[in-house]
Amino acid sequence: MAQVDEHDVGRSQSINQAADGAYARRVREELLQQSSRSNLANFLLEKFFMLSGMLTIIILLLILVFLLQNSWPALQEVGIAEFLIGQRWMPSSPEPGFGALPLILSSLFVTTGALIMAVPWAVASAVYLGEVAPVKIREILKPVIEVLEIFPSVVLGFIALVVLGPILAEVFNLSSGLIGLSGAIILAIMTLPTIISISEDALKSVPKEFKEASASLGATRWETVRYVSLPAASSGIVAAIMLGFGRAVGETMAVLMAIGNALDMPLKEVLGIPLPTLMQSMRTLTATIAIEGSDVPWGSTHYHALFVIGLILFVITFAVNLVSDIMLSRFQEVNRSD
Amino acid sequence: MTDAEKKLYLKRVREKFFFVLCGLFMLLTIAVLSWILFDVISKGYSTINWTFLTDRPREQMTAGGIWPAIVGTFYVASLTIIISVPLGITSAIYLNEYASKGTLVRIIRLSIRNLSGVPSIVYGLFGLGLFAATLGLGTSLITAALTLSIMSLPWVITASEEALKAVPQSFREGGLALGATKWQTIRQLVLPNAIPGMATGSILALARAAGETAPIILTGAAFFLPALPSSLGDRFMAMPYHLYILATQHMSPAQVRPIAYATALVLIALVMALNLAAIVWRYRIRKRQIW
Repeated sequence: MAQVDEHDVGRSQSINQAADGAYARRVREELLQQSSRSNLANFLLEKFFMLSGMLTIIILLLILVFLLQNSWPALQEVGIAEFLIGQRWMPSSPEPGFGALPLILSSLFVTTGALIMAVPWAVASAVYLGEVAPVKIREILKPVIEVLEIFPSVVLGFIALVVLGPILAEVFNLSSGLIGLSGAIILAIMTLPTIISISEDALKSVPKEFKEASASLGATRWETVRYVSLPAASSGIVAAIMLGFGRAVGETMAVLMAIGNALDMPLKEVLGIPLPTLMQSMRTLTATIAIEGSDVPWGSTHYHALFVIGLILFVITFAVNLVSDIMLSRFQEVNRSD
Repeated sequence: MTDAEKKLYLKRVREKFFFVLCGLFMLLTIAVLSWILFDVISKGYSTINWTFLTDRPREQMTAGGIWPAIVGTFYVASLTIIISVPLGITSAIYLNEYASKGTLVRIIRLSIRNLSGVPSIVYGLFGLGLFAATLGLGTSLITAALTLSIMSLPWVITASEEALKAVPQSFREGGLALGATKWQTIRQLVLPNAIPGMATGSILALARAAGETAPIILTGAAFFLPALPSSLGDRFMAMPYHLYILATQHMSPAQVRPIAYATALVLIALVMALNLAAIVWRYRIRKRQIW
């Protein structure tokens, strides 16, 4: 006000009016200033949150770059072909071998074996949960299945080691039950909750009209499930299975403790043809990193070779997750537009 | 019976058969779960007493308790949460409050889902290479905690976003209509109502981090230590790793079997108690919510 008065002293206009105008201007300016200050603060805050939102992208890229960078020396020294088709994994021996094929095959066979068991089991359970069970039972069962999901994998590995292994040894008359099959069974149990819950969601998102139409045509509830709900939910269920695959292939402790970790090729010759087998001790990609990673000399070729294994795992799980992700989002879109 | 009746009857039988079959598979799931629980509890509980919980392992782990492992797990899991929760919550605030739908958000969500699919052992390898070797933190408590927090970040983000989504849109509109800035609205209206949900999500992440073994094998868990870790640069013992050691690396596995079972039981009890706490808490929040 004081400033305004000084400037307006000599004017013929009403001082009051001028002061009012100036006052209004000042208030407006002050408000503008305040709001631009808070605009700036808000702007900075938004940028800060955006940065932290992008953290996950940064981490994902960092992991990829880091794996590539650390695998590079080993890839250069040994060659990628040796890693992928070599059959001898002896990275710390005086005559080192870096063939990861037995590890890759073991991972694939154990995981496939697990899925062969888990998929019918999980889908049937999901059908029961989603289509058969009364609401009350469903409300009890869902948290129970979640409990299975939170079991630490080391506990399941321990159970495989001390309970499942001896049972398998007795059933198949083996000297040790620490074989691929044991790992496959444990992995099947571990992937159950994932496949069950996502398959059940997929079944639930099948439009009600489909089921009603089927029922009105005289189909029984089973026929509706079999010929309407399951086919309509199939892409969701396939995505669930792929997520289960991703989870199983990356599982470490349970498998490590269950399958004995021998470095042979997981093949058995039947009539001269090598066929996949789960009836012997084997070692997966994940187990190899866990076993050798804690005492490998940093910077050695062996150290970098473990990063190659990590890279192989990362690529497999990334691809599987990406595809299942695309399938799930497409499935959800199709059902939304219905 | 006419043909039509017979056909209908067969249809009903088939329906019963398949539904019962599905039910049996479900039953098998429950049976496996109960069997594992029963096995661990029945063989583990007799070893657990006060000394077991508060003493350190003695006589090459064949006697004594698991106190250092309990403390180590507590330290590493708490540190993990301290690091990952603030990061996760700010990420979730961006995704749910600031971001508009577009390519950036799609990529962020894609990377969150992909991060949650990366095998835990790969996180361990990453932590070993980045924090321990490259940044020179060595295999230590802080390396393991950083590794675990990167791993648990996707879980925390997802849980926090759920919590933010549960706050009604009208709260935000009300705040903005009263002239509050966006941040004031988030700070004073959205966050207070989302924090309980975020907390339960964080407890669940804590439970999972406490049960993880693979990443900490590579980044700082120790076979045996006579003393508790006293700084962030020390190595530590942890329950999951202790169980792994007892089960596979010990010279006389049969002799330490009861201790291994008891360790498994304590670990399961801890993880389940945390989960139960989160579930009960969430239930009570939902009941208290007035919207």
